[in-house]
Amino acid sequence: MEVRVVNVRKEFERFPALHDVSLDIKSGELIALLGPSGSGKTTLLRLIAGLERPTKGAIFFGDEDASQKSIQERNVGFVFQHYALFRHMTVADNIGFGLKVRHGAARPRAQEIRRRALELLDLVQLSGLEKRYPAQLSGGQRQRVALARAMAIEPKVLLLDEPFGALDAQVRRELRRWLREIHDRTGHTTVFVTHDQEEALELADRVVVMSQGRIEQVGTADDIYDTPNSPFVYSFIGESSSLPVKVENGEVWIADRPIGLEAPHAPPGEAVLYFRPHDVDLLDGCSGCIAGTVAASRRVAGTRRVELEIGGERQRVEIELPIDHPAAQKSRVAFRPRRWKLFPAA
Amino acid sequence: MADPEIKSYEPHHESQSAAVTESRPVRVALTTVTLVFLGVFLLLPLIIVFKEAFAKGVGAYFQSLGDADTRSAIRLTLLVAAISVPLNLVFGLSAAWAIAKFEFKGKAFLTTLIDLPFSVSPVISGLVYVLLFGAQGLLGEWLKAHGIQILFAVPGIVLATVFVTFPFVARELIPLMQEQGNGDEEAALSLGANGWQAFWYVTLPNIKWGLLYGVLLCNARAMGEFGAVSVVSGHIRGLTNTMPLHVEILYNEYNAVGAFAVASLLAGLALVTLVLKTLLEMRYGAEIAATRGH
Repeated sequence: MEVRVVNVRKEFERFPALHDVSLDIKSGELIALLGPSGSGKTTLLRLIAGLERPTKGAIFFGDEDASQKSIQERNVGFVFQHYALFRHMTVADNIGFGLKVRHGAARPRAQEIRRRALELLDLVQLSGLEKRYPAQLSGGQRQRVALARAMAIEPKVLLLDEPFGALDAQVRRELRRWLREIHDRTGHTTVFVTHDQEEALELADRVVVMSQGRIEQVGTADDIYDTPNSPFVYSFIGESSSLPVKVENGEVWIADRPIGLEAPHAPPGEAVLYFRPHDVDLLDGCSGCIAGTVAASRRVAGTRRVELEIGGERQRVEIELPIDHPAAQKSRVAFRPRRWKLFPAA
Repeated sequence: MADPEIKSYEPHHESQSAAVTESRPVRVALTTVTLVFLGVFLLLPLIIVFKEAFAKGVGAYFQSLGDADTRSAIRLTLLVAAISVPLNLVFGLSAAWAIAKFEFKGKAFLTTLIDLPFSVSPVISGLVYVLLFGAQGLLGEWLKAHGIQILFAVPGIVLATVFVTFPFVARELIPLMQEQGNGDEEAALSLGANGWQAFWYVTLPNIKWGLLYGVLLCNARAMGEFGAVSVVSGHIRGLTNTMPLHVEILYNEYNAVGAFAVASLLAGLALVTLVLKTLLEMRYGAEIAATRGH
């Protein structure tokens, strides 16, 4: 099911949580809402679910306007961050709940409900645990039960709120792969919220980066990582370095020297240069480059990160060096960013 | 908790660290004070109630319980409890639901208001109804004109009892429901349940032991209430005397056996309540709210 969010605004007690957000989610897509806390990602998810109503704007499921429909009518599968399993019901009863509360002819017979619950339990690889209570399960198992319960109602859309937030690192990685498999097998349109960029970039077909109630960028992991379109995305996703620069005559300058980067379309004046610390060319001589003295150096896994002091204004910038690079404290290093972007000075 | 090594050195206080354990004489003194206090002020009176009740033998005991006025007092007490406890179950549940699950203006005020019956003297609670429904009261004229009798009749007694016992259920449920949050209900709704199904299948099972606990305390108080009921009942024998009021009347008439026989029933009720309360706390302590204000 295709989901379209059109110009949605949401206020809580006059305090805006989302400003004019629009988003198209394709049918069968696995999409991540990524952002720091307070960015509005969970609010957006709850609006799609119908747990909240938008202050302005509309949400379409296919061609149908779902904005004014209740959560029951929308038929979405929602997985809560803390699972929200019914503690007094067995695993099988939890999974079957959505079918049991249906009315009249839509409600399957008890036997059928049980069969479906066991089938789903098998899908989430928890066969044999149907008689357990939630308290008798590990965090990862509870999350799987929560997902099975959400899928039991054959939802149009699956919505997951920080699905792996409460689990430890090992289980998270495992469940991530497993969720991808389940998605590929069942083909549900799936939206999940996370603040973990690794999770978002690895798992999702497309990532929606959010900040302060706005969508900053939507794209594949490659789009987001390689061509961030705002200083926020640059600094939020992966590592980034930035330097205040000047644009003159279609060239980028630091203090009184051009650094060998051409920017023919950038407006002249103050700007900020962004690049990835690992995405640089090291140079020997320096005619048109960024040069600095090593102020600090630290080992990060297979590489070395050095902090360079640039020019007289004591700007510091971080770049990555190969482990065998001879740069020592106070020595001079010259480099030029390979891939970079200019943003207007704030 | 002490680790196993320390345990082996000091096998006698496994659950306490040495720093907070008092010296032996202090412990003995504290324990003795507590036991003597409990004995003199709680246990002894309880024993005396039963001793006096049976002072003239088992026959006299049952005879005094069989007295028509006594039986009427027992019936009235049961009737009042049977009306006011379910009412407070519903009131308490709705108040707790509103306070725990919704945000609205004046919530803090409402929470304070719920505690009012605990903070005000029961006599005042009764007097309020006299001022409201009495012959010279605010609604007195109108009630008289329409032939409705509230004071000195069952409705007045029920009203006073409901007022006095209102906080029990609500106060038990508010912290419990606040702690549980809305997550389970939202999950139920997202799975297609309507509001009633969410309440019946999810909310109620989550709070049932806390609810039962509140109802138990509410019932004990409803049957034992004296002050507020005394003001509104009018003490009409065989008509508007509840058990506690009847005890007082019998006692004032020097009918010790009769007074203590009825008192023994109330004491028995207290004991049963205490046992049930302890059982509930033992088995479902975690599911009953942590706050125990009573």
